[in-house]
Amino acid sequence: MTATAPSKTKTMTMVAAINDALALALERDPAVHIFGEDVGVMGGVFRATDGLQTRFGAERVFDTPLAEAGIVGMGVGMGLAGLKPVAEIQFAGFLYPALDQILSHLGRYRHRTRSRYHLPMVVRAPYGGGVHTPEQHADSPEAILAHTPGVKVVIPSTPADAKGLLLAAIEDPDPVFFFEAIKLYRSVKEEVPEGYYTVPLGKARVVTEGDDVTVICYGGMVEVAQKAAEAARAHGIGVEVIDLRTLVPLDTDTILASVQKTGRVVIVTEAPRTGGFHSEISATVAEEAIEFLRSPIVRVTGFDAPYPPFTSIEDVYRPNPVRVARAIRQVMAY
Amino acid sequence: MSQPQTTPPDPLTAGAAAYEDAQGEMFQTLAPDGSVIRPEALPDVPTRLHLYRQMRRVRHFDERAWVLYRTGRMGVFPPYGGMEASQVGTAAALTHDDWLFPTYRDTGAALAYGLPIPQTLAYWRTSPHGWAMPQDLKILPFYIPIATQYPHAVGAALAERRRGTANVAMAYIGDGGSSEGDFHEALNFAGALDAPCVFILQNNGWAISVPTRTQTRATNLSRRADGYGIPGVRVDGNDVLATYHVTAEAVRRARAGEGPTLIETVTYRIKPHTLADDPSRYRTDADNLGWDAKDPVTRLRAHLLAEGHLTEEEDTALTREIEAEFEAALAVADAFPEPTPAEIVDHVFAEPTPQLRRQRAQLLAEEQA
Ligand SMILES: Cc1ncc(C[n+]2csc(CCOP(=O)(O)OP(=O)(O)O)c2C)c(N)n1
Repeated sequence: MTATAPSKTKTMTMVAAINDALALALERDPAVHIFGEDVGVMGGVFRATDGLQTRFGAERVFDTPLAEAGIVGMGVGMGLAGLKPVAEIQFAGFLYPALDQILSHLGRYRHRTRSRYHLPMVVRAPYGGGVHTPEQHADSPEAILAHTPGVKVVIPSTPADAKGLLLAAIEDPDPVFFFEAIKLYRSVKEEVPEGYYTVPLGKARVVTEGDDVTVICYGGMVEVAQKAAEAARAHGIGVEVIDLRTLVPLDTDTILASVQKTGRVVIVTEAPRTGGFHSEISATVAEEAIEFLRSPIVRVTGFDAPYPPFTSIEDVYRPNPVRVARAIRQVMAY
Repeated sequence: MSQPQTTPPDPLTAGAAAYEDAQGEMFQTLAPDGSVIRPEALPDVPTRLHLYRQMRRVRHFDERAWVLYRTGRMGVFPPYGGMEASQVGTAAALTHDDWLFPTYRDTGAALAYGLPIPQTLAYWRTSPHGWAMPQDLKILPFYIPIATQYPHAVGAALAERRRGTANVAMAYIGDGGSSEGDFHEALNFAGALDAPCVFILQNNGWAISVPTRTQTRATNLSRRADGYGIPGVRVDGNDVLATYHVTAEAVRRARAGEGPTLIETVTYRIKPHTLADDPSRYRTDADNLGWDAKDPVTRLRAHLLAEGHLTEEEDTALTREIEAEFEAALAVADAFPEPTPAEIVDHVFAEPTPQLRRQRAQLLAEEQA
């Protein structure tokens, strides 16, 4: 956290912390505008924008027509012309109509105008499973974004981080995707600093320290990894859990420092297996720290199938502590 | 009439003349009290009784879904109660050789078209049995992403024409969905390529919390068709004889090679967006005012009773029959086995990739462990 982090705290859920960050951003910078489907009158389907329209007016916090390409494309124009667009896509699985605007434009403006123009846009999107949503509401499309040059990707795992990272994302001069794990919106509460502070993008968080295995994760998978790490610790295995916080920029220093210490790596995500961001991490470790590895890198992921909307088995798709613990045992076997 | 029909009730008593009138104004056959406004557009009596029966069936499903949800025997369900005329009247104009592309809101249309109740229950209970579409119906599972089904209907319609059939494709969308690019691209494609499509736009006033007036400046969504050079029809979406009439005409046109039609059914979402939604956050009771009085089921019932086509006794018997049909279907749905974990990776490709085979083996091993 920045040195300016206020010392007073308040117990908050992640969604409350996000709401708090958005209010502070609106207060601080008149260029900030919040828009999307149902974000105004209703305050968002998850209440992340609750009360903001009443407080800051319908010019700065407004409902758009139902069209993701329009939402992102309009944001591009707003950003080019000097505003700070903070758009909400109702669920990350409904980001796809906007992919043309994202892949064709959002990430390219600085590059294609030699920095004459840039896009200080933030796109917030709830993502991930574990809460029994209908089809396509539980997607984890972060790898698609991370693979898009020119956009940053942020995925917080705690209320305090969510607030500080979101404020940093809004301050950032470049486009940032901010994925919020639906599972975490209300399931965790913690002390969150009051007032304005930022958590820098590109700096991972070492959640717990350990000497035997490095477990790399982010967003909704952090609590899953932590549970597995606790179980392993009971068996005398020291697990270092690293919460990436941001995929772009990626904090390879923290990853490599940990791998040099432990020599064993487990990566946990809930996205489909093939071509996921976990594979990028795995390749990075293999390229930069192979000589420190004492075992193969093991990925614990979703499957190469759409996220199942079948309530009774969705928890099989989404990595759970048992699967992570099994992976830890697997790398310890070497 | 216990089986869903496979041929559309015939004949249309009015035809193209009434349809022409509908362009611009809102087409109606019955006043809210059930009295006849447009006698020339009424379908024959068996058809009226068929539409009534279907509306009662789908209303019963919607009401029971609510109860099942409350007792934890149903997943997230988007209710359509109050929109039965919009869904039944349109779906009933198709045969099973035609295509139907429903959204999550269109359980009523799917049931009226012939999707079996057990399967429909299974879908909303998040069981894979609800994904296995019947062989004898050209219907797709409910579309969750908004507007993506519209271009599909254009493609299916073109495919039918290429194969030399007279079959048509029908797709549903909401007023909110008609803001998406896919909607506009589909209408334009259908017009440009003369696709035999019928586009149903159910204007139920709301897209979750966003009223139509926040969604668009357009006040007559049927007029959107003008931009694409295809006919647009506006119909009272709570008048099933009217929705049936204009849809049957649009289907006739499409079959005859006269091209696509956009039909705006003007209706209202009385219930929440889904059973998990709290509409008091974005609308007041005053917003709903008047819509109960336009109830499509009581409207047709009043008409049928007044004209002597239905007696109170027959209506009571119908209620019992519909309840029995539903309870029997519920028992079938209750007996569907729970999915096994390995089903997660099934049906991804015709031939599983080596990766999927490994993942399946892993799931089976974990099941055993
Ligand atoms: C592409 C996409 N964006 C957003 C959503 C989330 N969403 C589900 S329903 C809905 C409102 C739809 O309103 P409308 O099209 O009017 O249909 P209605 O629900 O009223 O039948 C929204 C925004 C979605 N399912 N798909």
